[in-house]
Amino acid sequence: MTAVAADRGGWRAVLGAVATSRLALLCLVVLGGFLVVAVVGPSIAPYGANEVGVAESLSGPSLDHPFGVDQLGRDVMSRVLIGARDSLRIGVVAVGIALGVGVIVGLLAGYYRGWLDDALMRLMDVLFAFPAILLAIAVLAVRGPGATNAMIAIGIVYIPVFARVTRASTLALREELFVRAARSVGALDRRIIVRHVLPNVAAPIIVQTSISLAFAILSEAALSFLGLGTQPPAPSWGRMLSEGQGFMEDAWWIAVFPGLAIFLLVLALNVVGDALRDALDPRQRSAMDAERRPA
Amino acid sequence: MRSYVLRRLGQALIVLVGVSIAAFSIIHLVDGDPVRLALGTRFDQETYDALRSRAGLDQPLVVQYFDWSSSAATGDLGVSFRSGRSVTSLIVERLPATISLAGGALVVALLIAVPLGVISALRPRSPADYVATVVSQAGISIPDFWMAILGILVFARTLQWLPASRYVPLSEDPVGWLEHLILPAVTVGVVSGSVLTRFVRSSVLEALGRDHTRTAHAKGLSERVVMTRHVLRNALIPIVTVTGIQLAYLLSGVVVVEVVFAWQGLGQLALQAVQSRDYPVVQGAVLLFAVFFLVINLIVDLLYASLDPRIRYR
Repeated sequence: MTAVAADRGGWRAVLGAVATSRLALLCLVVLGGFLVVAVVGPSIAPYGANEVGVAESLSGPSLDHPFGVDQLGRDVMSRVLIGARDSLRIGVVAVGIALGVGVIVGLLAGYYRGWLDDALMRLMDVLFAFPAILLAIAVLAVRGPGATNAMIAIGIVYIPVFARVTRASTLALREELFVRAARSVGALDRRIIVRHVLPNVAAPIIVQTSISLAFAILSEAALSFLGLGTQPPAPSWGRMLSEGQGFMEDAWWIAVFPGLAIFLLVLALNVVGDALRDALDPRQRSAMDAERRPA
Repeated sequence: MRSYVLRRLGQALIVLVGVSIAAFSIIHLVDGDPVRLALGTRFDQETYDALRSRAGLDQPLVVQYFDWSSSAATGDLGVSFRSGRSVTSLIVERLPATISLAGGALVVALLIAVPLGVISALRPRSPADYVATVVSQAGISIPDFWMAILGILVFARTLQWLPASRYVPLSEDPVGWLEHLILPAVTVGVVSGSVLTRFVRSSVLEALGRDHTRTAHAKGLSERVVMTRHVLRNALIPIVTVTGIQLAYLLSGVVVVEVVFAWQGLGQLALQAVQSRDYPVVQGAVLLFAVFFLVINLIVDLLYASLDPRIRYR
């Protein structure tokens, strides 16, 4: 017997609950839009990301160039559209790393408790003691700048959050009747963890994934802004902001549109994350609010 | 209470040892010889040997760690590869700028969060609640460095109300210090305040729904007395924790905003050290930031335990 918190019907109910919020629904549409742009961005962009001289440099928004043109004569809208893929890819892979490692750590610590729990959670405390952006910078100091290293750095930063969320739920579950029943019929620990515990800790993990994705995208933008994340010639929203900063007085559009893209994507992820949390795991609200932090 | 304090101190000490090992490891995890990387391509063997010896890199690893950590415990964080100056003095030089920004941002955050969070909790689902929710959600989602750029464009360049960048020491020019602080502090404070607003709202809502609040109402106490003595006082306890966490991040996590405002704080020092591969400074800064975080968390936990006696017995 496997106790699954959200079966197919349950998921339909969760999606229904999320859809009852008009704002969450709107943000789901926005998220879908960003996903489409990430997939087909290079095909729908009117110009190449590094195509120079498409118009007079620093010319403002117009019908031909709705987001204006940058200092090298590149179309800002094309760069924003093409840059969506890297921003999302780095965010998704980084959260994937954090999710994979954090959930395993949390499951092992919460299920076995004792010295393993103490050792793993103290290790998580050590990681958690470093401010997110600084830890990422420190990792990049060791591994060198670049998109791949930025994914690893951001992934490491978010491991403790997933470990803590998973451990807390696992601790409560290990004493549940169905887990004790599985143990009493001689089920192996690995089977109990995978078949009985993991599906039941999925709800807070899903919520955390959505929220962490928002912060991972912010972190990637911050690292690229500092020149440590995505490297040129690949277009990155954070890097575009950094380049546009020097031209703010003459050409505000270079920095405003990529910033707006980051803001809308992160806002949509946060709103959907909150709606998911309210539907799946309302008790987590206070705990997660406490652990939110500016990138 | 004593056993709680000792237990908590013990935990912090274990984490501190872990943090010191992590900070120490940075220089050894670098792909290649850290001294060669720091010196670049043009250097002579004598300079190389001197720098390597001064950093203690010619010693066995365990000896290096104990030398480094025992020196760090006495406030000696080594010598910068780049400037040849003591890392501690470089950090102390930047501390006032960082404390000014963190303090200013925390004041702004609390000025936003407390009224907005309380009003929103007192009138759930009202237009005020809706505005507070939207503002806090937007504040959490906005990249602080983008807001910094927009702030400079609007308030410094276009309206010319405030200076655009640079830290002015308080001791040199108090008015200039304040003028230069406003824009960065508001930028960082709005983001922090958004996080706090959500927490104030949920804490006040939780306190409003508790039995003792209902009893206070049933006894016929005035709304003001119920709010100040029973609701806000209880709601304050978790808010203290989150404010502490926010302060720890403000002291160390605003690197990008410091860069935008050319604010010569610790974050910018750490970043410059990473960019110039000045590993002793990176190690020192990372260790210091983690210690900030640990100490503030410890103070918050102890404060929390003294505010809420139930915590000590858990």
